[in-house]
Amino acid sequence: MSLIEAPRSKVASPRKKRGINWEKWGWIYMRFSGIVLVVLIFGHLFVNLFAGRGVKAIDFAFVAGKLSDPFWFWWDLAMLWLALIHGANGMRTIVNDYANRRVIRRILLGSIAASTIVLLTLGTLVITTFDPCPAGAHPADVPSFCKER
Amino acid sequence: MSTAVTSAAKVPEPIATFTATFIIRRFDPEVDEEPRWQDFDVEMRATDRILDALHKIKWEQDGSLTFRRSCAHGVCGSDAMRINGKNRLACKTLIKDLDISKPIYVEAIKGLPLEKDLIVDMEPFFDSFRSVNPFLMVAGPTKDGKERVQSPVERARFDDTTKCILCAACTSSCPVFWTDGQYFGPAAIVNAHRFIFDSRDEGAKVRLDILNDKEGVWRCRTTFNCTDACPRGIQVTQAIAEVKMAILRGKP
Repeated sequence: MSLIEAPRSKVASPRKKRGINWEKWGWIYMRFSGIVLVVLIFGHLFVNLFAGRGVKAIDFAFVAGKLSDPFWFWWDLAMLWLALIHGANGMRTIVNDYANRRVIRRILLGSIAASTIVLLTLGTLVITTFDPCPAGAHPADVPSFCKER
Repeated sequence: MSTAVTSAAKVPEPIATFTATFIIRRFDPEVDEEPRWQDFDVEMRATDRILDALHKIKWEQDGSLTFRRSCAHGVCGSDAMRINGKNRLACKTLIKDLDISKPIYVEAIKGLPLEKDLIVDMEPFFDSFRSVNPFLMVAGPTKDGKERVQSPVERARFDDTTKCILCAACTSSCPVFWTDGQYFGPAAIVNAHRFIFDSRDEGAKVRLDILNDKEGVWRCRTTFNCTDACPRGIQVTQAIAEVKMAILRGKP
């Protein structure tokens, strides 16, 4: 029994296994986060702009109230991380598709990564450490409901 | 006898002809630095095809016009070209389906090296076709040397992708392939699909591994250009999606 040898091919040749398959996991992430984000974003828009008194209800106290509720805390945190990484991965894809020169590609990918990390850190910091009535603040600078405490 | 005389006397009405303008992207590597557009006026009938127009130009106006065609009936896949901005087979595109009040633009398919006029170098396309092992892969002969049995249902599983004629209309309509010549392209994935989902084949693992590459199926952006371009009506984007799911499952 003799089988015909596989034709000459640059890809079919035995390749060494290289760590994590980022393209595959990136693709899965986009699908997964996309579905979750549809729920998160439309839920966010509905509650902020439509439910109750609608868009007129939004002020400092409204946001402060939402962030003190653990449900909305986790909702916002999930939305921040999923949406930012989703967007950054999308831009990485576009750069990979259209930026052919190595230097430009490096610069663009580097700036996308840097801005994503900065925005994620800042956003997470705001959500986790937010205090509407910081101790020792001037009474004129804090919202009215802080006096009631 | 008399009936034969009357039917012979009935002269068929002459088929109406009209003049259509073709603007063809010409490139002669021995003369031109850059491709140039040249227009031709051709006497056509509504039932004629773009290929007939190219023939008329080549035979009656400019013998230097260069294009590929073999069977001229939509089977061999030689004459894929970009007609009015869409990848079509010249032998399957009828004049009556185009708006002849405007000129008809004909150019070579994109994303492959242009050789002359409407001819491109198809080697990169066939290279990626070859690299997915487009042949039945089996461990050895069957018991008693009998045929490999397949039920009609198992055959129907990959029926759609057996229709591919390797015309490159899909691959050269893919925006990822235009910018990244390393991408396998829809046609190679379609032909991998044809064997991955074949119940007789045993090489699915190898092909899925090849297509799980950085330049494999994950580069597909589901723009549906390929499905739109396919002259055989293959659901190309769906086939690619099925290969993606097979990679995630680890088996067909």
